[in-house]
Amino acid sequence: MSGEEFVPLSLTPLLIGTFAAIACALPGNFLVLRKQALIGDAISHVVLPGIVVAFLLTGAISTWPMMLGAAGASVVAVVMIEAVRRLGQIEPGAAMGVVFTTMFAAGVLLLEQTDTSTVHLDVEHALYGNLESLIWLDATGWSSLFDPEALAGLPPELPRIALTLLVVSLFMWLFWRPLKISTFDEGFARTIGVRTGALGFALVIIAAIAAVAAFDAVGSIIVIAMFICPPAAARMMTNRLETQITWSVVFAIVSAVSGYVLAGYGPLWLGAADAVSAAGMIATMSGLILACTAIWGPCRTRAGAPSTA
Amino acid sequence: MLQLGYNATLVAIGATLLGVSAGVTGTFLFLRKRALVSDAISHATLPGVCLGFMVLVALGGDGRNLIGLLAGSAISAWVGLLCMNWLTRHTRLAEDAAIGAVLSVFFGFGIVLLTVIQTMGVGRQAGLEGFLLGSTAGMLRADALIIAIGGAATLLLVMIIRRPMTMVAFDPEYAAARGLPVHRIDLAMMGLVMAVTVVGLKIVGLILIVALLIIPPVTARFWSERSDRVVLLAGLAGGLAGYLGAALSASAPNLPTGPIIVLVSFGFFALSLFLAPVRGVLAAVLRHLRFQRRVHIRQGLLALAQGQKIYEPLTLRLLRRAGLARADGVATETGKARAAKALRDEKRWEIVRADQAHEATAALYDGLRDIETVLTQDQIVEIDRQIGGPQEVPA
Amino acid sequence: MLELAANQGVSVAEIGIESSPLAIRGLTVSYGQKPAVFSVDMTVEPGAMTAIIGPNGAGKSTLLKAALGIVSPLSGQVSVFGEPLEKQRARIAYVPQRASVDWDFPTRVIDVVLMGLSRELGLLGRVRARHMSRAMDCLNRVGMRDFADRQIGQLSGGQQQRVFLARALAQDADLYLLDEPFAGVDAATEKAIIAVLKSLKEAGKTVVAVHHDLATVTDYFDHVFLINTRKVAEGPVAEAFTAETLQSAYGGRLATAQIDQISRALG
Repeated sequence: MSGEEFVPLSLTPLLIGTFAAIACALPGNFLVLRKQALIGDAISHVVLPGIVVAFLLTGAISTWPMMLGAAGASVVAVVMIEAVRRLGQIEPGAAMGVVFTTMFAAGVLLLEQTDTSTVHLDVEHALYGNLESLIWLDATGWSSLFDPEALAGLPPELPRIALTLLVVSLFMWLFWRPLKISTFDEGFARTIGVRTGALGFALVIIAAIAAVAAFDAVGSIIVIAMFICPPAAARMMTNRLETQITWSVVFAIVSAVSGYVLAGYGPLWLGAADAVSAAGMIATMSGLILACTAIWGPCRTRAGAPSTA
Repeated sequence: MLQLGYNATLVAIGATLLGVSAGVTGTFLFLRKRALVSDAISHATLPGVCLGFMVLVALGGDGRNLIGLLAGSAISAWVGLLCMNWLTRHTRLAEDAAIGAVLSVFFGFGIVLLTVIQTMGVGRQAGLEGFLLGSTAGMLRADALIIAIGGAATLLLVMIIRRPMTMVAFDPEYAAARGLPVHRIDLAMMGLVMAVTVVGLKIVGLILIVALLIIPPVTARFWSERSDRVVLLAGLAGGLAGYLGAALSASAPNLPTGPIIVLVSFGFFALSLFLAPVRGVLAAVLRHLRFQRRVHIRQGLLALAQGQKIYEPLTLRLLRRAGLARADGVATETGKARAAKALRDEKRWEIVRADQAHEATAALYDGLRDIETVLTQDQIVEIDRQIGGPQEVPA
Repeated sequence: MLELAANQGVSVAEIGIESSPLAIRGLTVSYGQKPAVFSVDMTVEPGAMTAIIGPNGAGKSTLLKAALGIVSPLSGQVSVFGEPLEKQRARIAYVPQRASVDWDFPTRVIDVVLMGLSRELGLLGRVRARHMSRAMDCLNRVGMRDFADRQIGQLSGGQQQRVFLARALAQDADLYLLDEPFAGVDAATEKAIIAVLKSLKEAGKTVVAVHHDLATVTDYFDHVFLINTRKVAEGPVAEAFTAETLQSAYGGRLATAQIDQISRALG
């Protein structure tokens, strides 16, 4: 494919999808190791009430209030889950289930109660986004990458998700050591003065930021899949955390690129006329990667771990 | 609320039955600490619904045939369940990661199939999106019948295998030792959850069915410590939420059934969380404050008795408020008497705990319990004889 | 009041809060409605090896965890080298019970030991050759040098315990707190651990360990702290580890024969 076609139509969605995948996979590594993988699931469900409330408050579909609303809803959800878990002495899974389903139901109800017929705000969009539409019409070819005028016409999702990826990476780099120690051995982390409660909360907030930014661009399906599948697949490849992170990034990129390409061109190759959902395809690809590592990954089983009887 | 229309009555009956069977089934899942497995199962129904639709259309039938769609959803949910089980049993992944992986990948694949259907050129996609959030608007008598029969059948099955399920949920190792096929019972439990999910797709949709499986059991758990009662209460809470939700949603426009049922259910949960007599927050807070007070006063009295300095400001404040000490930390007359008694009790406990004859009593020691509540007056006299006079206190 | 004043338990060492590596006053910790530890005072002797002993569920581990701020107490104060815990964290090293760690975590033995250097390394400090060689030295001291590249979950229980001791050594602390270091380990490991602990004592460090094997108390430790929810006795082994204090701590739970055996061993 020539640059003339590729740059305006495929480059930006590919980049956005890839950045979103990495931004979710990075904190996902720790969430999976901490057995909090489903926090991503919870967050992506409560994004809906967040944006609906933001819409009700501002009366317009604009990005920043909605992202703030989504982020606010994530924080409310995390705090509520923790409160229900502690106050009611309920296991974390059930506490999560109570909170996110309720908030999601409230979001759907609010949506139905509000007249959103004039604006584009619906559940389907929240679920699987619209990666294919994030094209760069001002581009004419590779040379546009150096053309300020064309660059100004980039879809705003791209700089947003790039910034998010930067923030997530910075957080991971800065707090790498305490994150690693407190995930491995929380008691020890506390004895050396790590504030494990605050750190755990910060991790969830970072995950929420990644989820909200990714959701804005690609919908919540990718968010849940990328939080869990690449890190889980990476865990089966290695017994070193550093290597695991690298693998998870690789898997995230492979899922995003192959998913996007297959969604766009796969049906054509099969003789069908139209493309299928890129977000869904990316999630599907990450699942296939996970399946492969679960069958062939060198470190797929808990072999060698002695029983602690 | 009694004057529901024909359609609304159908929905209400269906929702009530669904609520009962979801509450009852969900209880076993909750007691097994696997509540969110339902999330994976429900999301895994989507590809099946789509494939069912495609197969029906390919065979030249009506893609909207509810039985066909539900059969498809059951098959794909079962495949998802097996994937999840395989991941947790044969790889190092923890259950939460397996749940998340299955739900996102199956759902993602379902979305891909949905977009395929959109382009199949069979007109509109028959409102398959309705399965995401449920839609009761155009529910037919046949649909309601299917839901009612499905709900009742699930309930019956739960009743039949509730004993082994309770045993597995309570103590899987003991159940295995008793010769129960734990793995198969687990699968049966999941199968029932799947049945409830499939039945509920039409009314509340696949995202919110999870709420009906989780919230009523959690609510019921606040009110009882006995598993059989929790099951009954969960069924009650679920059924009530289903009926009230359906009735409410029929009473005004723009009130979608699924979300209203979930919110009513959450209302019950919130009430229980705060007001339940033993496990509720209010009761727990009061109990904790009382307990903390007792600990501090007891510790303060012992310190007074031994002439030690009291470091804790809270202890001092509580002693002062109870009239046991003055502001400067010196004991009042009552305080002195109570302190002496506390120390004497402590001494008595020491004898009790060192004596093998009192082993059962000794286990009750927690630093707070008054010795009169566990020993008879005669026993106390006997212990005091052992302690003897002040001079003979063993060093 | 005479009777009351006489009840001070076994002679408390004449060291004050200021000079003790670990001093606890009026500590009560409760899980739910039953105190695990009730109104306990403890004053650890500097430079000694102290065993915390008591029956199962007597609050031994809880005492240690509260001292380290891992669980929060209902009441009471903890001071470390005469100051609040937070100010002196760098001088404490802790070896947790093996069960409290995620053994499936993707990390190598040497990475675990390097965690002991994390205060020194700070957030972003790079692991340099000297850190590496110090970590290897610590592994060498516990006889685990050859296992540096293994995944932590692939070791036996005893080997894991030694790795955790090596991590504590890397912290280069003045006060070492160990929770059941000998639980479920092989004889070789037990020997290796006790040798390391004794060398720490010789270097002037203070060691406190939760211990469950009454038969080895006199061989391994010089001080004991007996607890059964409340403090039962505290002091040098010869004074505080007697048939009476044991009877008092264990009550009916310790067979008379066992006590006789121990008293005989005590001479």
